[in-house]
This record gives sequence, structure tokens and C-alpha cells, in this order.
Amino acid sequence: MNIVLFLAPASIGLGALGLLAFFWTMRSGQYDDPKGDAERILNDHLDDKPPVDPV
Amino acid sequence: MSASLTLERDLEAFVRRDEAGRGRLELLVSGARCAACIRKIETAVAGLPGVASVRLNLTTGKLAVELTGQEAHPERVVETVEGLGYRACLFDPSEAAAVQDREGRELAVALGVAGFGAGNVMMFTVPAWAGLFGQELTPATLTLMYWMAAIVATPCALFAGRPFFRSAWASLRRGKANMDVPISIGVILTLIVSFSETMLRGRHAYFDAAVTLLFLLLIGRYLDHRLRANARSAARDLLALQAPVAVRLSGEVEHGVPVAEIAVGDRLVVAPGDRVPVDGLVESGRSDIDNALITGETALAPVAVGARLHAGALNLSGRLVMTATARSEDSTVAAIARLMEAGAQTRSAYVRLADKAAAFYVPVVHTIAALTFVGGWALGLGPREALLRAAAVLIVTCPCALGLAVPAVQIAASSRLFRKGVLVKSGAALERLAEVDHVVFDKTGVLTEGRPRLIDAPAHLVAQAAPLARASRHPLARALAAQAGAGPVAADSVETAGQGVEGLIDGRRARLGRAAFVGVKDGGARETELWFGFENEVKIRFVFEDQPRADAAEAITRLRGMGLSVEVLSGDLAGPVRDVAHAVGITDWRAGLTPFDKAAIVDGLKAQGRKVLMVGDGLNDAAALAKAHASMAPGAAVDAAQNAADLVFTGEALGVVVEAITTAREARRRALENFGFSALYNLIAAPAAMAGLINPFIAALAMSGSSMVVLINAARPRLSLGR
Repeated sequence: MNIVLFLAPASIGLGALGLLAFFWTMRSGQYDDPKGDAERILNDHLDDKPPVDPV
Repeated sequence: MSASLTLERDLEAFVRRDEAGRGRLELLVSGARCAACIRKIETAVAGLPGVASVRLNLTTGKLAVELTGQEAHPERVVETVEGLGYRACLFDPSEAAAVQDREGRELAVALGVAGFGAGNVMMFTVPAWAGLFGQELTPATLTLMYWMAAIVATPCALFAGRPFFRSAWASLRRGKANMDVPISIGVILTLIVSFSETMLRGRHAYFDAAVTLLFLLLIGRYLDHRLRANARSAARDLLALQAPVAVRLSGEVEHGVPVAEIAVGDRLVVAPGDRVPVDGLVESGRSDIDNALITGETALAPVAVGARLHAGALNLSGRLVMTATARSEDSTVAAIARLMEAGAQTRSAYVRLADKAAAFYVPVVHTIAALTFVGGWALGLGPREALLRAAAVLIVTCPCALGLAVPAVQIAASSRLFRKGVLVKSGAALERLAEVDHVVFDKTGVLTEGRPRLIDAPAHLVAQAAPLARASRHPLARALAAQAGAGPVAADSVETAGQGVEGLIDGRRARLGRAAFVGVKDGGARETELWFGFENEVKIRFVFEDQPRADAAEAITRLRGMGLSVEVLSGDLAGPVRDVAHAVGITDWRAGLTPFDKAAIVDGLKAQGRKVLMVGDGLNDAAALAKAHASMAPGAAVDAAQNAADLVFTGEALGVVVEAITTAREARRRALENFGFSALYNLIAAPAAMAGLINPFIAALAMSGSSMVVLINAARPRLSLGR
């Protein structure tokens, strides 16, 4: 039963990691231009610059 | 760019600069669609001197440009983008700053936290549910599971619930109870009861219900917010496309300035084809002015030095220099502005469907919960069990489905309308639109196309005159050129303001313009005709008319078929109004109305208990638009009309008005269906909770189940295509 005391925090921690990742994607403006990002990948030269001044 | 603007244009006012001199510029680019467009535009603009970085946002159509220093010129950026074949216009920096969406971000964060909480709390509550069904779970383990659930759910619920708590508090302080009050009470009471149950080693803790409830409600809240934010930004883009860039003269240099910065006494240049930015007097130049958006009149007014110009009028033929006599805010006649304000106030008193439901729902549910507690205790259940049952009533009846019932339907309806070119500014607008029973149309620009069109002209004559027409910016000439399609342009063309254009076609000299200019003695002085002729040859007359929109008559018939009465209120003269009303099949029309007459008529209809939909585009319609129960304006309307209207439609078809009403009615029906379903659900769930039949598993199941039904009903494709 003691294993629960280890597993539960571990799984919560993994979930929290996912939540933090979501915040990060939002802060770095990854949802600002879904259409543009879908098209940009078709351009020949690598275009992985972040958007100008994410607000 | 017209020849009159070859002087240096300084658009520095559109750049936001920091202390170091770095600047930021935003343009609205239309026409960009694909990866190649992105690359072309970004490469070309990045190659300009002084441009640090450039990024095109394809979703919003905004091009953000960062400038390193003073050597960068905003006008070069605009020219470069336009040179690539895209339409570009500058965004007023104050507008661009307003785009930041603080509320949306907060809701998204709350939604993320609630989602995390709802997902993870299940790790502990699912084993607890297993215990409810006689699976092997010792009381100590159950309590452990609940404690872990509490650790996850409580902070998540308190954080994600903030938007609701804040709104509930604000509403209570005004002495009212909106839907957020029972939500907040329900969540907080659920947490308290669950804690006490866990401490007393009971079996009924609802930590999962509290956080799942918030998660589902936040979905509705977020959808509602997105609807409004999208409509707002689309409306802003429409206004920016009307390019409120005024050209100010200082000395002989032309500066482009945002209209808001114009001061009284400024000298402004109005090029042919531009709108007059503010009220003023003509200082030099001659031209024809189209006042259709201000008075509804279709006849053109010739102006010369000393003539009065109204903001929003369209300058047609000649370059004018004017002196501003009013600032932008004061230019819309003060009285019209006051009327609009009064209209907006009556409209804000409108009670939305969800709030009506809340006004009924809140007292009923709270009374039932209180009765359960008091009655249960009195009947000998004991305070703990009685409180538990009262809490269960609040939890299972918590307005999950109610909170989603309206926004989910409205977002589906608005996105359907958006695809048809109709912008809905708010959900309340859709609700009001569904109730209308009388439609008032403006004539010019609403029933009609709002611009002249060539009638009854043989194609070979049009082709003959087209090369000269293409060389002119006059709207009649443009209409002629549009009819002819692409082709050669006359050589050596010279345009005389207010008269016409002269040039060489295949080496022969020809003129296109007013009768006198072309050399016709008895041509009459009609404003809606053009004459054309080669030197010393027979002259040809082209007649233009502002024709009804192609589907106007059909749209009117369909409106009648839906049981709506239709009327035309116009500021134009009786003749043209009668002709258009007759052509589209409307018998009820009034002409020669002032803006105040229109507003008064709308008020009168309101007093008779009619729910009026006003469709108008002019400054003279703005007050009536604001006063009407619901209002629509075409995308070509003046700012004031678009701001006053609930819905803005783009495109040429008037059928979208019918479409909008049908969709609004359909949305209302769906919302009511959703309410009906929620009521039914509550009728079953509340007695069950009072009888103590609800356990945490059933509560969770019922709550998400009812929300899903409501969402699916909202997204259900339209079964009957309303005709």
C-alpha cells in the first residue's frame, strides 16, 4: 500500500509538468497564428524564429 | 497611389517607438493566403533598410514590423507590400495596443488548471467509486484517497473558480444574483462538505465534482469570450480597411496622420476617391462630393472654395485642400451621438436569456436546498446527513448545462454566420435578432449597391470608351471600366477635376466626362451620366444608376414569408426611393427623412411594442441603428454606423439578412431546447438528491452527461434549412 504514497505524487508531478508545458506554449505565442504556422513548414528555408515580440 | 500624393508622405505617427528609437509598426494585410505569400512579404520587407524583423500572422492578417532606427520609413513598408499585390493598411498604434487579450488569457489559464485538476483528481476518486460498489477498499484507504483528491482539487478549484467568484461578488454587491452566484456557492459549499466528510471518515466527498463542474463551465465561458473577441477584432479590421489615414499639409509637405490626431485649423488634403476625414471648409480645389453616407442622398454635390464638407463624405473627382473645423470626435454631429448613446443605454437594459434563466433558477434551487436541510433535520436525519443531502442538491443541480446552454449554441451560430460573411458582435445581439418582427431598411447602400452601375449600354461602345475610363478615378468612369474588364489604358491622359478626362485612344484624341466637357450642348446636367466621343465625331451617352442589390427583391419576399413586415426609411428624395422600393417589392416607404426623423420613427414603432431590426449604413442611420431592438450594417458603412450596429455583413448579397434572422431564431430554439433539457434533468436529479440517492459517482456521471447532451445539441447540424 505504501507504493501509493510514492506513485500518487509522481503521477501528480507528471500531470503538473504537462500543465506547465501548456502555460509555456501559451506564453511563447504558439497559439497566436495556427494558420501561419501550418503554412510556414512548407517554406524551404528553416523558419523557426519566434514571432515578433510576443505580447 | 494617385499622382497627387507624389509628395513625401510621412507616416511616422503610426510607429510606436521606445527610448532607444526602435519602433514597431503594424499593418493589416489582405490577400495573403499561403506559405509563398508569407515568404514573399517577409523577405521583401526584411530587405528594406532599417527593418530589424518582420512577421506575418496569417490567422489575424497582421504584419508586425520592427524598425531599428530613424532611417526606416513606414511608407516604404506599405509600398513594398502593395507592390507585391497585397492590400496593406496601417493600424493606429492605440488600436493595436488594445488588441492584447488579458481576459482570454486568464480564462485559458483557468481552463488549463481546471482541466488538470479534473483529470488528476480522478486517479483518487475512481478507486473511491469502486469502493461504493462493494469492491475491496478499506475505510482507511478510502479516506486516504479522499485526502489526496482534496490536495489536488482544492487549490485547482479555488484558482480556476476565480472568474466566477469575482463575477458573483460583483453581482451580489449590486444587489442581484447572476448565474455565477449559485456556481460559487455550490463550489465552495461542496468543498467544505467534502472536507468535513473526509475528516469524519464518511463516504460522500465530492472533490471531483467541484473541479469538474468548473472545468465544464469554463469551457462555456471561454467559448463565449472567443466569440466576442473574434467579432471585435474582425470589426476593428473592417474599420482599419476604411483607412482612417488623413493627409495633413505642413507647408507643402504631406503627412499621413491618424484621423484622431487632427486638430481644428489643420490643412488637409483629400484625394479623389478618399473620404473627408473631419468636418471642414474647402480651401482650394473643385470636386464632386457624394454625401450618400451622411444624408442618404444619391445626387452628387459640386463643391468649390468655401464650401462646407462633412466627415464621411466621399470626394469623387478633384483634389481638395480643406481646413478642419472640428476634431474627429466632434465631427459626427453631437446630437446624433447623443441619440446613439441613449439607444445604447436602453439596449444594455436588455436581459439576456441566460440571466432570465438565472433569475428563475437561483431562488428555486437555493430554496430547495435550504428546505432539504431544514426538512431533513426536522424529519430526524440528523444535521450531518441533512447538510450532506442539501449539498448534494446544490451539486447535482449546479448549472453546468445551464452555463453551457446558451454560449455553446451561440458560438455555433456565430461561426456559421461568420462563414457567410456576417460578424456578430455579441451573443446578446443574436438573442435580440431572434425576436424582431419588423425590418426597417435604409435605401442607399443597403437595398441598393451604393455605387453607380452602367445600364443599357452596347458592349462595343463600352469597349471603345474603356481605355479613357481606366485612366480616371471618378466612380462613374470606374463603373464603366469595371463593365469593360481589363484592357489598354489611354495614352497621355489628363483629368480635369469635376469635368472629365482626355487622352489618346489608338492615336485619336477623345474625351470622357460631363456633357459640356465632351462638347455636347444640350446634354442636360444629370449627375449620373457620362458622355464620350472622339474629336469631331458623334458623342455617346452612358447612363448610370444605383441599382438594387441583385437579390434584394428575393430577400424581401423571404422576410415576408417569415412573418416580418418591411419598411424603407430614406433621406433621399421621394422619386428614387419610390423606384427602388417598387423594384424590390416594398409598399411601405418614407423619403426625405432627417437622422432625427429616422430615430423618432424607430422609437414610435418601439412604443407600439414592435421589435425593430434596422439595417442601415449611413451616419444618418446611426441613431436609428442604436435605438432599434437589433441592427445590421454592411461592411462599407461609416464607422459610426458599424459601431452602432449589432451585426456587420460583408459581401454583395442582401440574403444574409434573412440568413442572420433564421440562424438567430434557430439558435434561440436550440438554447431553449437546452434549457428544457436542463430543467428535465434537474426535475429528476433534485428529488433523487433530496432522497439521498446520489453518491459521488452518480453526481459525476450525471453532471458530465448533461453537459455533453447540451454541447452535442448545440453542435448538431441544422436539420431544416429555413427558407
